[in-house]
Amino acid sequence: MEVYFDNSATTKCYEGVKNIVCKLMTEDYGNPSSLHTKGLIAEKYIKEAKEIIASNLKVKAKEIIFTSGGTEGDNLAVIGSVMANKRRGMHIITTCFEHPAVNSSMAYLEEQGFRITYLPVNKYGLIDLEELKNAVCEDTILVSIMHTNNEIGAVQPIDEIGRFLKKIDKNIIFHVDAIQGFGKYRIYPGRAGIDLLTVSGHKIHGPKGTGFLYINEKVKVAPVIFGGGQQNAIRSGTENVPGIAGIGRAVKEIYDNFEQKLDLLYNLKQEFIKGIMEIDGICINGYTDHRSAPHIVSVSVENVRSEVLLHALEERGIYVSAGSACSSRKPQVSRTLKAIGLNKDLLESTVRFSFSFETTKDEIDYGITVLKEILPLLRRFKRK
Amino acid sequence: MEYNIFLIKYAEIGIKGKNRYLFEDALVRQIQYALKKAEGEFKAYKTQGRIYAEALSDFDYDEVISCLKKVFGITAICPVVVFEDKGFDQLKEDVIAYLDKAYADKNISFKVNARRARKNYPLDSMEINSLLGEAVLDAFTEMKVDVHNPQMLLQVEIRERIYVYSRTEKGPGGMPVGTNGKAMLLLSGGIDSPVAGYMIAKRGVKIDAVYFHAPPYTSERARQKVVELARLIAGYAGPVYLHIINFTDIQLYIYEKCPHEELTIIMRRYMMRIAEQIAKETECLGLITGESIGQVASQTLQSLAATNEVCTMPVYRPVIGFDKQEIVDIAEKINTYETSILPFEDCCTIFVARHPVTKPNLKAIKRSEVRLEEKIDEMLRIALESKELVIAE
Repeated sequence: MEVYFDNSATTKCYEGVKNIVCKLMTEDYGNPSSLHTKGLIAEKYIKEAKEIIASNLKVKAKEIIFTSGGTEGDNLAVIGSVMANKRRGMHIITTCFEHPAVNSSMAYLEEQGFRITYLPVNKYGLIDLEELKNAVCEDTILVSIMHTNNEIGAVQPIDEIGRFLKKIDKNIIFHVDAIQGFGKYRIYPGRAGIDLLTVSGHKIHGPKGTGFLYINEKVKVAPVIFGGGQQNAIRSGTENVPGIAGIGRAVKEIYDNFEQKLDLLYNLKQEFIKGIMEIDGICINGYTDHRSAPHIVSVSVENVRSEVLLHALEERGIYVSAGSACSSRKPQVSRTLKAIGLNKDLLESTVRFSFSFETTKDEIDYGITVLKEILPLLRRFKRK
Repeated sequence: MEYNIFLIKYAEIGIKGKNRYLFEDALVRQIQYALKKAEGEFKAYKTQGRIYAEALSDFDYDEVISCLKKVFGITAICPVVVFEDKGFDQLKEDVIAYLDKAYADKNISFKVNARRARKNYPLDSMEINSLLGEAVLDAFTEMKVDVHNPQMLLQVEIRERIYVYSRTEKGPGGMPVGTNGKAMLLLSGGIDSPVAGYMIAKRGVKIDAVYFHAPPYTSERARQKVVELARLIAGYAGPVYLHIINFTDIQLYIYEKCPHEELTIIMRRYMMRIAEQIAKETECLGLITGESIGQVASQTLQSLAATNEVCTMPVYRPVIGFDKQEIVDIAEKINTYETSILPFEDCCTIFVARHPVTKPNLKAIKRSEVRLEEKIDEMLRIALESKELVIAE
């Protein structure tokens, strides 16, 4: 049995997405900037995708900029907004456990002379609103906070943060990295006071190399890529039309029967947690109920190294991730797990199970059975 | 001007008496094999006591040189320009044109060294030397003659055609692979073992390799890394047959039955036993390891003696007296370093004790191994039977 529990790393493309991508690569392959019909047809696909996304977020179509994915979206949002607004101030607020796409952009801005406040999180991975309030000052131009943490599934009170920021100074730009949250939550930038929202295509069953950034029309963002002036010159470069049509299709499909799928997924997650909690020496990081994301379960397993557990599960057809897939090529401990104050012994003993709406009860049961079977075995052999 | 032939110089092969042709043939074969990786068509051949690699089509000079620099047995590579014999006046023009293109800076000293292999040529070698020298001096006023220590030695060989060369690229030295039998390298994925393989291959030895993996404790990526290292060694040594042994069960069995601080030594003894068994089956004449005295607990003289004790075959340890940095320097030179330092755990480190024995007592080790008697033979048999073979080239 092959069970893919690594949906926070990437997801399988929807069949419909695959078909439209394929069609645009081989049939309607025009360049949207071309004046002839082929170009016009290509342009129409972009417009359609934009409208799907805009209506999903309840924003204007012109507020959507297509990117090559989450990393580019985060870079454009953070660096682009700060560069366009630096005359108003030099202070930025973020959290200590953002994805490297945000975190490394912050490090770059710090080198450029900006002052960054990194808000700590509690053991559930949540920031303290009071601390945010205290950190805001006249010099603050950007607040960047991730919607759903990719490693433990902690979900920040984005609406509350957004409303608070708009109340004290509506010039402060609010960026939300929703790469893990979009597709699992309904997100409305207007109501939540979000100015910039980053989304990636391949986390929601779209193609890799796709993504979009919502930019509030009132907010100025300077480009980070220069060229032929496509997409209002905010993101130059010939549009990835197949990818754009693909992500549009994925957005539509993932929100079909959304509430129903969400309930099902939460139930599966509860069952999984209940099942594995019967094993000794296991703890779940972050909240285990509806306060955390429906698709992420971070599990620390005493006396088993995460890499070994990962490969042992792999031998039985179960694919998971040790920490976050994006960072697991580097042998370093996770910033997220450190940030939530995880016991030192467990830092290298934590794996992430991440589900999708496609996950079935059989797969969950199989996962529990296999864990119950292999953990005692792996624990017999440990480094002394 | 186009170089189209490379004159291959070799040293030690020349002294091998009646076996000389074996070595030369091996060198021709290795050159032909190495040039398969370069774009274009080439022919390597032996004629009149010389070995040449000739290009039969367009080629990239740098690519060819870098391929030839990996062929053991070559001490120097001379790119040659070949001219048809159209009289001495034409030869003068050709040589001057060659020098003009080959040397941007003409402020150098030179000497002409002619060889008249075709005895019916109208001028003898002394005459060619002086007349050509004069023509060069006339053409390039900055050039000076220095017959004792010339910066550039202009070689002119009169054969059916005329061969002109003056540049040399250093080769790797050593002996052609395949002239000194075959040995089995214990390849771990670290820095030392690929270097050890390279050094033995340099002496003309063909290399097979064995790798022990321990899933799920070691990953598929670690295995791929070792395959890549074998491929890099194959760049010098020709195709490497890499035998991959699943070592997990044996390792866990040792872990359960033997004192923890002896784990590494006992494990290594079993690795040597398995390697020797495969070596015998594949007609290898020795084992090669990347051990270096004192580098880690399992490489003290006592530990080396304990692991060596299980083998009847000679074990070659070419980096035994090298410091780590010296090994790293070679690894960088042969381009294995970058791959070796990729961070994947190998099976030697996963269960390593915090305080392993550094002076193992052979009697004690043997007593511990008695505890394995029940199942170990069966486990060794299964490990050998289920071995995988990857041909890296």
